[in-house]
Amino acid sequence: MSPFVAVIARDLRLARRQGTDIAMTLAFFVVVVSLFPLGLGPTPDLLARIAPAVLWVTALLAAMLSFDRLFQQDAEDGGLDQLALSGLPLSLLALAKACAHWLTTGLPMLVLAPILAISLNLATESYTVLVATLALGTPVVSLFGAVGAALVVGARRAGVLVALIVLPLLIPILIFAVSAIEAAAAGLPVRVNLLFLGAILAAAIPLAPLAAGAALRQALD
Amino acid sequence: MHRFANPTRFFRLANAVLPVLGVVTVGLFASGLYYALLDSPPDYQQGDTVRIMYVHVPAAWAAMACYASMALAGASFLIWKHVLADLAARAAAPIGAGFTLISLITGSLWGQPMWGTWWVWDARLTSVLILFFLYLGYIALVNAFDDPDRGGRAGAVLALVGAVNLPIIKFSVDWWNTLHQPASVLRMDGPAIAPEMLLPLLLMAGAYFALFGVMMILRLRALYAGRRLRQLRLAAASD
Repeated sequence: MSPFVAVIARDLRLARRQGTDIAMTLAFFVVVVSLFPLGLGPTPDLLARIAPAVLWVTALLAAMLSFDRLFQQDAEDGGLDQLALSGLPLSLLALAKACAHWLTTGLPMLVLAPILAISLNLATESYTVLVATLALGTPVVSLFGAVGAALVVGARRAGVLVALIVLPLLIPILIFAVSAIEAAAAGLPVRVNLLFLGAILAAAIPLAPLAAGAALRQALD
Repeated sequence: MHRFANPTRFFRLANAVLPVLGVVTVGLFASGLYYALLDSPPDYQQGDTVRIMYVHVPAAWAAMACYASMALAGASFLIWKHVLADLAARAAAPIGAGFTLISLITGSLWGQPMWGTWWVWDARLTSVLILFFLYLGYIALVNAFDDPDRGGRAGAVLALVGAVNLPIIKFSVDWWNTLHQPASVLRMDGPAIAPEMLLPLLLMAGAYFALFGVMMILRLRALYAGRRLRQLRLAAASD
């Protein structure tokens, strides 16, 4: 097994054995989304109007809570030094970590989001586009999250700090994703917004691991 | 450049330049504001509100130039590990955040009479707001570590990552349909602005950049003194 796959397999095994970690992130996603109908009152039109934004913003916030799994735990128990010594380039290590993070956070959210969308009364035409935006957008969240998490290894109050750093970088994702879902609900073409999301993903796959690798190198010095 | 990575040599030059730069700043602001507010024609469509431009546009230029110099200082800190480069990046961040805030606020004051709204979520305004958040994230990150060197290195990487935002700001008005008007000074086919308006604009831009220089030197001095103080305290505590 190549080191790259081994890192992914190890993180997936860790995630399975500490299953509550993932469950908590997803529970946060579900609970916060269901707070909106309670807070706004059950007005179907209003809920349908804000559903894309609620789902995406909550998904981003839930992801912020999960970034400490990327490097912080490994840095605390010394595992990060071992991984750095394994011979796997740090940028590929960051890419493997981001892959494992997406498989344990982004993918479950992708499955949950359409179910939650039903409770928010999302327009029927929007479901495919909702899943498409999440499929293109959540990997970028994991990749940018890896950059942020690598930057804050060893920082005070790293959890808040990583959100402060990563959320501004994710604003374009939020804008294009929500515009695509709203365009679908209004019967307008969604292609441009999805292409933008795809372009950001295509740029983030090679570039974000390089930045995360550079940040890890500074953290390990 | 490496010659001036030596703090003693750098501050000898900076202290000599500072009074001159201070006089230049005051002179440019005085002449620039005179032309901008009193001795330049009102716009044929916008009337006197066009005078907000002379405060707004140079602030936005300075905000971006400040981020670019912060990213360059961060890069040279990562590559050559000059302490002064780290301090320069740290010094530039709050100044740039201030310029960004000025351009956002004056833009909002200009938008109200011209577009009928204080704020729109279009590409130019949003990308400048992201620039402001990047400055805040940088300031929070560099101060979040007990070891200032570690904070400086993390901040340098973040500054470089955030530099992708600069071309997005510059070209946002060309790539998207926005309320914000397209570039009228830095264009391939020459400035599309009347010369009697271009003069005060350039004077104000010079004033902002000179002010940036003055504040950089003052902040660098303070940060360097703080760093020295920390070293002396640590040395005293370990004795």
